[in-house]
Amino acid sequence: MNTWFSQLKYLVIGTLFGIIFVKAEVISWFRIQEMFRLQSFHMYGVIGSAVVVGMLSVWLIKKYNIKTLEGETVVFHPKKFNKGQIYGGLIFGLGWAVTGACPGPLFAQIGVGATVVAVTLLSAIAGTWVYGRFRDQLPH
Amino acid sequence: MTILEFLQQPWPWYIAGPLIGLTVPVLLLVGNKSFGISSSLRHICAACIPAKVPFFQYDWKKEAWNLLFVGGILLGGIIAGTLLANPAPVAVNPKLVTDLAQYGITDFHSLVPGQLFNWPALLSVRGLLMMVGGGFLVGFGTRYAGGCTSGHAIMGLSTLQWPSLVATICFMIGGFVMANLILPFILSL
Repeated sequence: MNTWFSQLKYLVIGTLFGIIFVKAEVISWFRIQEMFRLQSFHMYGVIGSAVVVGMLSVWLIKKYNIKTLEGETVVFHPKKFNKGQIYGGLIFGLGWAVTGACPGPLFAQIGVGATVVAVTLLSAIAGTWVYGRFRDQLPH
Repeated sequence: MTILEFLQQPWPWYIAGPLIGLTVPVLLLVGNKSFGISSSLRHICAACIPAKVPFFQYDWKKEAWNLLFVGGILLGGIIAGTLLANPAPVAVNPKLVTDLAQYGITDFHSLVPGQLFNWPALLSVRGLLMMVGGGFLVGFGTRYAGGCTSGHAIMGLSTLQWPSLVATICFMIGGFVMANLILPFILSL
């Protein structure tokens, strides 16, 4: 079943995730500045411990062949290297430090009442579109 | 202290980080989904402005879960920003407070500095560069890199993908360059 109703669980998970984002202050422009000025451990702690918990979970899922709730085998999608990860990564990094937000936090920032961030989000959608349009001309 | 008062405080990294990390197994086990947020921007393009661009010609409805997920993040922001709001200013390093004061940024009460990000500022060069320019870099860069902090730094590193390590290192380099070398110039505009 792939109905909209059965997908509502993702809305719930997203909501909890958004709350964590705000309460951890990772959507804060100030916290992002601290991170890139090496003035606080906070963001490094958040990202680092998230990665450790993620790694441990993936390892457990693989080791004990844990199935999804519907009994399917968990599928992992290996990523292939291309130069886009370098060029795109650098470009995203510039944007991350100036807006104080990655794509997820953009949505949460609008939620906490910074309505003008909707413009930043629209601009990010435009950036994604421009990438898609000129993808073939870009080095990968 | 009531539970609500407890939840209203900012959460330390060792609580928030592991909870964010748990999103990886939750999404995998609930529906075999790989954690990643920037793809939602691509699905929005595919749904609203495909314009015959091959990159946007796919069945985005199959990925609708991702749009519900970001809808949830927005909703979570609303809940956390009202019910669970922290009345105290963001506690940042005093050095940052002194640095930002030079540019007239003195209010640390909201997570998004209202003195930089507000509607009238969209008409200033500084505001335009930061909000419109910055947003464009985020959208263009994440898609070019094939993911953002969630897809590469968290999901990618959790599954030991070395291309994700390369991407994450580049995110950090870009951020260091912007925050230390370019942003001081933009802020002084």
